[in-house]
Amino acid sequence: MVKINGAKLDIAGKTLAEYLATTNYDVKRIAVERNGYIVPKAMYSETVLQDGDSVEVVSFVGGG
Amino acid sequence: MIPTKKEWDEALIKRQGEEIQKKFAGASIAICGLGGLGSNIAVSLARAGIGKLLLVDFDSVDIANLHRQQYKANQIGKYKTEALLENLKEIAPYMDIEIHTAYVTEENAAHLLQGADIICEAFDNAECKAMLTNIVLETMPDKYFVAASGMAGMGSANSIQTRKITEKFFLCGDETSDVAEAGSLVAPRVMLCAAHQAHTVLRILAGKIEN
Repeated sequence: MVKINGAKLDIAGKTLAEYLATTNYDVKRIAVERNGYIVPKAMYSETVLQDGDSVEVVSFVGGG
Repeated sequence: MIPTKKEWDEALIKRQGEEIQKKFAGASIAICGLGGLGSNIAVSLARAGIGKLLLVDFDSVDIANLHRQQYKANQIGKYKTEALLENLKEIAPYMDIEIHTAYVTEENAAHLLQGADIICEAFDNAECKAMLTNIVLETMPDKYFVAASGMAGMGSANSIQTRKITEKFFLCGDETSDVAEAGSLVAPRVMLCAAHQAHTVLRILAGKIEN
């Protein structure tokens, strides 16, 4: 199982890009942390989610 | 009369303690975006006796900014960098201030921000927020980064919070209220978020971040 923003999902083996494509996230508005480190944008399609990974997708909203 | 530097430092030490004050005085903090978040972060950090602020914004003061940003009616039309420099010099005359009137991009971010120990993201546009977050965390891993997301509308003050995302990345705000949907930004709620960011900077410097 892969933990994403607290929810356990059965998506081990998928790439981060593949997972994000199944969501409503706007890739231009997010930063992704995986096991304590930021995932570089250029690595989304090469980052294979592993069993036990903990991922947080931070999705920014406007205003400041 | 403006107090001497010695009087100034003594007053800060009296209120904040010598050990912490030394850490604040030795710090260099960058603020990207000088609107409702950035101008209020800057004022808080100036009052706390931070040694140096690095202020970055491309924009000018507009009449629509005055309801929540630290500018004055007679500064409309001035670059925010220059207007805030004037105001901060009145608040904290001995603080070192460096200004860059520039639009932050993936290409110039490393150069603009190289002198900072901690970087505050204080833009209003969500894509610009994400761009700066990714570029700083990817290419400047030694720097602390304090970002903001979600402070629009009339939601409760208590929903504004600070979360530690990684060892160096902190996120302030309610993370949901988008100005495009909420339709408004009011001074206290934006200032609350800016205060979370400024206080996170002070806690990092004081070595008080435990989780």
